[in-house]
Amino acid sequence: MKSTFIIYRFDPAVDTTAHYREYSLETEPNDKILDCLNRIRWEQDPTLAYRFSCAHGICGSDALMINGRIELACQKLIRDFRTANNFVIEPLPLFNVIKDLVVDLNPFFEKHRHIRPYLISDTDPPERERLQESENQSFFEPALRCILCASCTAACPINRANPDYFGPAALLRSFRYLFDSRDTATGSRLAQVDSPDGIWGCRTMWWCTDVCPKGIPVTKCLGQIKRLIRQKEKENTKT
Amino acid sequence: MNHQYDVVIVGAGLAGLRAAIELGEDTRTAVISKVFATRSHSGAAQGGIGAALGNEEEDDWKWHMFDTVKGSDYLGDQDAIEILTRDAPRTIYELEHMGVPFNRTGDGRIAQRAFGGHTRNFGESPIKRACYAADRTGRVILDTLWEKCLQRGIDFFNEFQIMDLTVHDGQCCGVTAYDLANGTLHHFHSKAVLLATGGAGKIYRTSSNAFATTGDGMAIAFRAGAALEDMEFVQFHPTGIYRLGILISEAARGEGGVLRNNEGERFMEQYAPVIKDLAPRDMVSRCILREIQSGRGIDGKDYVFLDLTHLGEEVVSKKLAEISGFARTYAGVDVTKEPIPVQPTCHYMMGGIATDTDGRVLMDDKNQSIEGLYAAGECACVSVHGANRLGCNSLLDVLVFGRRAGRSIRSYIHTIGFPTLHGDDPTGDTAVQITALMDSAGGDLSSSIRTEMQEIMMENVSVFRHGDTLFKVMDKLRRLKERCRNISIKDKGRCFNRDLLDAVEVGYMLDLAETITLGALNRTESRGAHFREDHPDRDDKHWLVHSLFRYAGPNPPNFLTKPVNITEFEPQERKY
Repeated sequence: MKSTFIIYRFDPAVDTTAHYREYSLETEPNDKILDCLNRIRWEQDPTLAYRFSCAHGICGSDALMINGRIELACQKLIRDFRTANNFVIEPLPLFNVIKDLVVDLNPFFEKHRHIRPYLISDTDPPERERLQESENQSFFEPALRCILCASCTAACPINRANPDYFGPAALLRSFRYLFDSRDTATGSRLAQVDSPDGIWGCRTMWWCTDVCPKGIPVTKCLGQIKRLIRQKEKENTKT
Repeated sequence: MNHQYDVVIVGAGLAGLRAAIELGEDTRTAVISKVFATRSHSGAAQGGIGAALGNEEEDDWKWHMFDTVKGSDYLGDQDAIEILTRDAPRTIYELEHMGVPFNRTGDGRIAQRAFGGHTRNFGESPIKRACYAADRTGRVILDTLWEKCLQRGIDFFNEFQIMDLTVHDGQCCGVTAYDLANGTLHHFHSKAVLLATGGAGKIYRTSSNAFATTGDGMAIAFRAGAALEDMEFVQFHPTGIYRLGILISEAARGEGGVLRNNEGERFMEQYAPVIKDLAPRDMVSRCILREIQSGRGIDGKDYVFLDLTHLGEEVVSKKLAEISGFARTYAGVDVTKEPIPVQPTCHYMMGGIATDTDGRVLMDDKNQSIEGLYAAGECACVSVHGANRLGCNSLLDVLVFGRRAGRSIRSYIHTIGFPTLHGDDPTGDTAVQITALMDSAGGDLSSSIRTEMQEIMMENVSVFRHGDTLFKVMDKLRRLKERCRNISIKDKGRCFNRDLLDAVEVGYMLDLAETITLGALNRTESRGAHFREDHPDRDDKHWLVHSLFRYAGPNPPNFLTKPVNITEFEPQERKY
């Protein structure tokens, strides 16, 4: 069947503003949107730029706006849409466009780096493994599904209003280390996120959870950080 | 633009990142990667990483060593396999200490599960040896090591494509890379270079591999004088999703999943009575295709079923979450209710750049090395996997030998100053090559050459091979290589020019496809993943040797052999 792809184009070398270009393609219901982009590039227009690699939703390269909603191009198939085979493909919002569907994710990764995304422990590790309860791990397990595709942060309305907001992805990583029983930097981690640009920037609008291609309950995880801060506050006022 | 670093690491998968960490904070290290670091294909590794921890049941690294030797069909070098399996428990503890969130046992230790070809007491029965984090083991290790590198402040050059190695008088002194964002060439002058560029699975049509796995490091090292080793051994993973090749981890069978033919029969019971569905990948792939050839594919088509319906929701959601998502998204299958349609998919290169056990790149059968050039991970061939890799040994390989390469580089760079660069512009040759490609008036497309190569390799040089067709494939590949001279680049821009990189990559893959085919043609026996229908038996008298390939410019590669290192386990018939 014939499908139409209306694709956002911008080449900084020649364009002053973005425009849209239309391509048509014979598609099968089981084709991934990424397959379609590849075929457009291979068969019709080699200048089309977009990121991709693993093509099955684990590397996190190809988050895009597809028909106005943020999706991974490799995880959505033609049959998943009920839009009469018309597709509008745009880059992720929030970030600056480098070319066509490729955006500059440096600010995203900079925030990730900022929250100290690594295990901090003030005790020397034992000879063998540290012990950890499965229940503890199950608690932060949802955050381990994150593939850093930036969908949640791109979708978050708070990020659009406040560029300094850490954003859901970075806060989710913070959640992952805060609740890992092996990490001992809870105090300094909480101090870092306990700010209007940090966890209190989140207004529980659920957009992050809604778009997450890995089904992570991002908003709930962020809510656990808020709970932990309030709990610590209570403990402090008691003592 | 010119840079100077003590060490340049090409590739930001697990081998490269583990080496970067080992180099320490006193070493100026640059990691260059064609994709952003966390997009590296190590992240797609699902099922686990093998180590004889003995957390679930008694285990011994010697059993692991034996299984790996037997799995390799006795082609793996046993000194290297001993290093791999002895160092495995330490490697796991080290990962755990860095923060890798492994699944846990009831008493809080690292959980382990069964995997193909891993057995207790030298082949008695399957053993739980694979440490895992659900079925995203590679992904969480990649994240952990990358984040460790961020903590260390290591310099990353993301979306930089390696174009060439700078080698003067047998010494490697840097690399030339192409910045995808703006089309500029960068030279990295260094005392040592580590290639950790991963595999080349995109040589085949049906592949579990990412688009980025085009064998760049292997091909560049080959052209620069390194020997490639055992290239004919290409692993086809038995359970790729039908037609898509997306991997369904062996952990699915480790957790109790079984393969069934169109009669609903658990056919692996016949082929491997002891370990059944947990036989090694080379065997299971052949068995699936034999079933299909005998008319027992599902609906007469070229696939069988992987049945997980009896495992229960708990196991699926806790231990096989990613693959059940893949089955749902891509095959429309709810794995708790229906079987998954699967067929073998190109998965892993046992062969690669010949190295010693410290990652030094070797040039020939005399073990001469290229000074300052190292390789680790899938792009390298130590060789620990021989003719067939066991599941959950590749994550182990990249971490053990990535670390060892890092360690030997670290001692090497303290013994020398920066090597002298010859000429004014070390990127000059690459610039000429790019200009020639960009200006080419030929009418050929890299995509059509690539598709033809993938079809030819899939049809003739995959699980089953035959001398008569391999001859013809050598000719066809030659012709495709000639067509490469006529590729024209339609994208004339400098920003994210994938068109240009596609053309470069197809050239790399064709060089490697030629070595794979030549090895398959010359090796007149069947061993591990290499099966010759016209020579169905293993021939230890003539072929218990590694294949070596040397680049010969416009001519087909030179073919040499070198002995296998056998220390503990004499070759026996391989039955499971």
